[in-house]
Amino acid sequence: MDNFPRAKTAVVGAATFGIGEAHGYSSMEMAAHAGVEALKMAGLRTSDVDALFICLPFDAMSGISLAEYYGIHPKLTDNNRTGGSSSVSQMEHAALALEAGMCDVALITYGSNQRSATGKLQTPVGLGGVESVYKPRNPVSSYALAAHRHMHEFGTTREQLAQVALSARQWAKLNPEAFEQGNLTLDDVLNSRMVSDPLTVRDCCLITDGAGAMVMTRADKARDICKNPAYLLGAAAATTHMSISSMPDLTRTAAIESGARAYAQAGVGAADIDVLSLYDAFTINVLLFLEDLGFCAKGEGGAFVSDGRIAPGGQLPVNTNGGGLSCCHPGQYGMFANIEAIRQVMGLADKRQINDVNLALAHTNGGNLSSQATAIFGSSSTV
Amino acid sequence: MSNPIQAEKEYHKYLEQGRLMLLRDNESGKCMFYPRVVAPGTGSTDLEWVEASGKGTVYSVTTVRQRPPSPGYNVSLIDLEEGPRMMARVEGLAPDDVKIGQKVTARFIQEDDAALVVFDPV
Repeated sequence: MDNFPRAKTAVVGAATFGIGEAHGYSSMEMAAHAGVEALKMAGLRTSDVDALFICLPFDAMSGISLAEYYGIHPKLTDNNRTGGSSSVSQMEHAALALEAGMCDVALITYGSNQRSATGKLQTPVGLGGVESVYKPRNPVSSYALAAHRHMHEFGTTREQLAQVALSARQWAKLNPEAFEQGNLTLDDVLNSRMVSDPLTVRDCCLITDGAGAMVMTRADKARDICKNPAYLLGAAAATTHMSISSMPDLTRTAAIESGARAYAQAGVGAADIDVLSLYDAFTINVLLFLEDLGFCAKGEGGAFVSDGRIAPGGQLPVNTNGGGLSCCHPGQYGMFANIEAIRQVMGLADKRQINDVNLALAHTNGGNLSSQATAIFGSSSTV
Repeated sequence: MSNPIQAEKEYHKYLEQGRLMLLRDNESGKCMFYPRVVAPGTGSTDLEWVEASGKGTVYSVTTVRQRPPSPGYNVSLIDLEEGPRMMARVEGLAPDDVKIGQKVTARFIQEDDAALVVFDPV
């Protein structure tokens, strides 16, 4: 058991910008817009920010760049580059810095114009020379290898994987911000273009633009500036590999470690969680994370998501914004997984709001199932 | 001590000679892939090149689809007899016929002006 400062910090503002298509905006402009909107929600301005956390896709020093852009002189800048899991790691580190008095207002922001700029997923990665000669279409092929292994070991079916995409689309229809709103059927998922077997294009996340930001302060200040802060009860990360060929077991992710530590920090378990955000870059992710985070036994994820269990009206609400599969996926989806969990805790999820949310879990993923980071948010009743 | 190992360069030199060589950590006796200057997990630098048997088993498999008429091609993860796992391509079977658990053996080819190990079904 570590000494994570449970509920000593909270998110007091969370905002998105340019979800879907944001023609004419640079990634920095999008991240800056989202940051200002999140600050406004908390009645704060950029001049109040003394810690900046950001990770723009192609600016390795974007923490400094954003400080210049905002014209502020923060005490702390951070460019955590663990891919889609970076924003949870940044919250973890912001909580420690806030608790230690190293800063008072932390802004965590992200933005990408990848759809309108290139139409392709933009992920600059190193290593991988021993893989790239075989031309996997990464990241899809890496996740496809994990999916096939899961099917082989546990009898998981493509129809079960498709249920994840169908549930996400149903949630998306309740979220005006979601990019994909059209009808989606089981046949659509199974018969759409195969990208890397067994994953079709509908098993894969969208490629969109989008920006998001979160503002964190210490809990005492949070209560003064926000009616319903989302208290950070736990945040933990773990990694097992970078390239898929170095993953020890393709059916067991480091979410087993990050989740266990986050639960211990928060003093809660899977059965206590009211709503979940799981980084669904691909349909297989949701099965793996439901299993690794203790919502069902290993190998039972496929059966678990059947019969609408994670769809609107189901027993366990998962990815209520529509997820990376139907809402948005601007290169790194972690920020958006967090924001949806925060909105659910704050009661700001409109038509898709789950009743009486006291505990929300956001689990994020970076690389090729490589980096796993789990955050648990609580309402004031959990403090 | 001899000169510190240049794992990547030496691996490729062997590969050009048609040899799949693995680095073995003499402390644990375990082989690693890809070759590194330090054993993963333990930090041992007591390393030695050993020649792989070339025998392996398909751990997982995918077919990478291309825009027709270009055919899809196989990408597999192969568990080598010596323990470590590597990404590779299984040839000699239609991509859809490569199955998890298939026994395979290594063969060396030239592709894109470089030596490459691929695997054939046994």
